[in-house]
Amino acid sequence: MQIFARRYDKTTIFDLSGDIDFANSPEVRQSLLREIRENRTPRVVVNLSQVRYIDSSGVASLVEGLKASRDLGSRFGLFGLSTAARETLQLSRLIKVFEVHENEEQALAS
Amino acid sequence: MLALYSNPRLLSAVRGAVERLTETLGFTAVQCRSITRAVDEAVTNIVRHSYGNRLDKPIAMYFRSTQRQHEGEVQHGLEILLCDRGPEVDASKLKGRPLEKIRPGGLGMHLIHQAMDTVEFTRKGPTNRLRLVKYLAPVSNAS
Repeated sequence: MQIFARRYDKTTIFDLSGDIDFANSPEVRQSLLREIRENRTPRVVVNLSQVRYIDSSGVASLVEGLKASRDLGSRFGLFGLSTAARETLQLSRLIKVFEVHENEEQALAS
Repeated sequence: MLALYSNPRLLSAVRGAVERLTETLGFTAVQCRSITRAVDEAVTNIVRHSYGNRLDKPIAMYFRSTQRQHEGEVQHGLEILLCDRGPEVDASKLKGRPLEKIRPGGLGMHLIHQAMDTVEFTRKGPTNRLRLVKYLAPVSNAS
């Protein structure tokens, strides 16, 4: 699993790739929460297009990012959901609670 | 049979093995992913809850073909037995939480139950045994 952050004026995009499971989801959680709580970035969006697998702990990390954003009045969204990411989010019925965009362009324009 | 230690870094190897096996047995791509997800979640639960994140505890996984009579036809499937030597598990906590509340955690059992036709937990001597079964869907109903 790899995490790459791209920072713009008021937005940070996290590009996640590979498999997100219990071995590495704490790294995802830590990166998201640092950006939201410590850096106070107004908008964080997560690119899931290159995610080959995500388990429930990975989804939980995304939910924690969402809740932290809501607590601080900032925005948190997802885009480019891979098949695996979409399936896990749908099965956990959490897909509807996220701001989900088809691609980066739409995510940034929203 | 697959024997491994309770190290989360081994989860990817487990997923690879289960995915290849389910493909070989003829499950659809969606079913292969869901069975693989269920086994990954089950092993993660053992690591987290049965062994308290210790990395050096034994996990044994047994795979075998199985079959049942269903609506007058023989239905083939895959049976997976996961065994660990952790403390006895409270079976009532293995049902998964309701999904109405938006909060992290507690999704693993829900994903397991969604994927599998049978989810049975038993304790035999010092061993926790989680039995998972998935049957092949008739071709016309495969998804």
